[in-house]
Amino acid sequence: MGVIKKLPVYLEKIPGGNIVTTTLDYVFSQSRASSLWYLLFGTACCAIELMATGASRYDFDRLGMIFRASPRQSDLIIAAGTITKKMAPRLKLLYDQMAEPRYVIAMGGCTVSGGPFYYDSYAVEKGIDHIVPVDVYIPGCPPRPESLLEGCLTLQKRVKRMKIRDWS
Amino acid sequence: MSEAQGLHTKEFTLNVGPHHPSTHGVCRFVLQMEGEVITSVTPVIGYLHRALEKICENRTYEQIIPITDRFEYCTAMSCNMGFSLATEKLAGLEVPERAEYLRVIMLELNRIASHLIWFGTTSLDLGAITPFLYGFREREDILDMFEMTCGQRLTFNYIRPGGVSKDIPKAFIPVCKKFLDAFSAKVDDYERVLTENPIFIARNKDVGILKPETAIAYSVSGPSLRASGVKYDLRRDDPYSIYDRFDFEIPTRENGDCYDRYIVRIREMRESAKIVRQAIEQIPEGPIRSKVKMNFKPPAGEVYCRVENSRGEMGFYIQSVGEKMPLRVKMRGGSYNQLQVMPVLCVGHKIADLVAIMASMDIIMPDVDR
Ligand code: SF4
Repeated sequence: MGVIKKLPVYLEKIPGGNIVTTTLDYVFSQSRASSLWYLLFGTACCAIELMATGASRYDFDRLGMIFRASPRQSDLIIAAGTITKKMAPRLKLLYDQMAEPRYVIAMGGCTVSGGPFYYDSYAVEKGIDHIVPVDVYIPGCPPRPESLLEGCLTLQKRVKRMKIRDWS
Repeated sequence: MSEAQGLHTKEFTLNVGPHHPSTHGVCRFVLQMEGEVITSVTPVIGYLHRALEKICENRTYEQIIPITDRFEYCTAMSCNMGFSLATEKLAGLEVPERAEYLRVIMLELNRIASHLIWFGTTSLDLGAITPFLYGFREREDILDMFEMTCGQRLTFNYIRPGGVSKDIPKAFIPVCKKFLDAFSAKVDDYERVLTENPIFIARNKDVGILKPETAIAYSVSGPSLRASGVKYDLRRDDPYSIYDRFDFEIPTRENGDCYDRYIVRIREMRESAKIVRQAIEQIPEGPIRSKVKMNFKPPAGEVYCRVENSRGEMGFYIQSVGEKMPLRVKMRGGSYNQLQVMPVLCVGHKIADLVAIMASMDIIMPDVDR
């Protein structure tokens, strides 16, 4: 990590360094975008669709997305399923445990806004963007695997646009 | 529990969950451990409490059906069915003959789909990936059939009070027949991967033995009960809908360990396929829904109706005061009791067996937390 952070600083000092930086940007962002490992974080109904997307027919692996059980190894949380008030601190904790750069996809109505429990459930968090920053929202109850794939492609595009300098 | 002389370790507390890949959702266990051996288990629930029962008090009877979908999403059809049965009993609604058959077809297909999820996740928990892919492959075929009928893959909102929402399209029956013809060979495939697999047997045989007395004392129902040798299935013992017209077996086993629960579920998939086949052969023509008024008001009273779903007895208790919304709805799912019995099963086993036992009980959390 240290090298990657300092690299642009070193390179900029040598003449023509900017050109090299852009190329590195390309290499890094391409490779990061095509190996987004996601945290297996499913709480409710949407988790079944997440599993189905990972399984035979839809085959998540071809986007380079493999599930990990530990937040320390993953780049992305796909929050699939209802986040209740009791679960919300746990989601924050998991997010904090992930290494930067990290991304969040809100999958399903529940995580986007509270979904079917928006009006009269005292227990459901009305959207996870109250808790963690969200990169891509996928509406649906549950979203079809195709929408999830589309959401992931959108996130990949976003990751590809990032520069090394943008990393915090 | 303690090992041979001088090998004692200090007891310590271990927290598993709520985010853990093999707790099937957001269940949390607080374990007391002595070395690798579990000495006590305390399940902590409530991480998925969405107040479904409370929401039902603010919805009309037809609006509650989509809420019941979220109650037990692996077998959403049976939730629809349970609530519709209760409403029909309360309001005295008739169900046309064709609708009854459609219901049975969907319920049994959904049972297979749910057991396939169990099959996939169980083997994933025990470290095998191939069965997961196998299971979800056939599940997609079933979901295709649901999708062509009601347009949804998981939360169907299909069975309504008084019938079903849509008729099956023309293409359904050939597709279903094709699926059923191929299915038995597919189940053979599953069995070839796991049933005789020495690793699978070592992980599951004589692990988590559930005695029939314990199972009855804790009100465990469904396949977990039948694996302990109690032949009790609501489809046979308290037939609802038209289950008394079909010919099917109720698989049971004697030992009640994880392996037996596996065998019972596998055999249940075959029996469900048998029921679907009979139903699509006998299905009559006719209307699919009786006349039901919008926002109907059932008379005051209370009713409890139960159906057998893939996790046990699912029941709905409705209390009505003659308004268009119920006064109180209580949902009962099979998983709650299965979670309660977990401490009895796990104590004295190694920590890795907790995962095997949890997987074999097929617990899902919305069913517990509601
Ligand atoms: S969005 Fe719908 S399907 Fe997804 S978790 Fe919420 S209720 Fe379930």
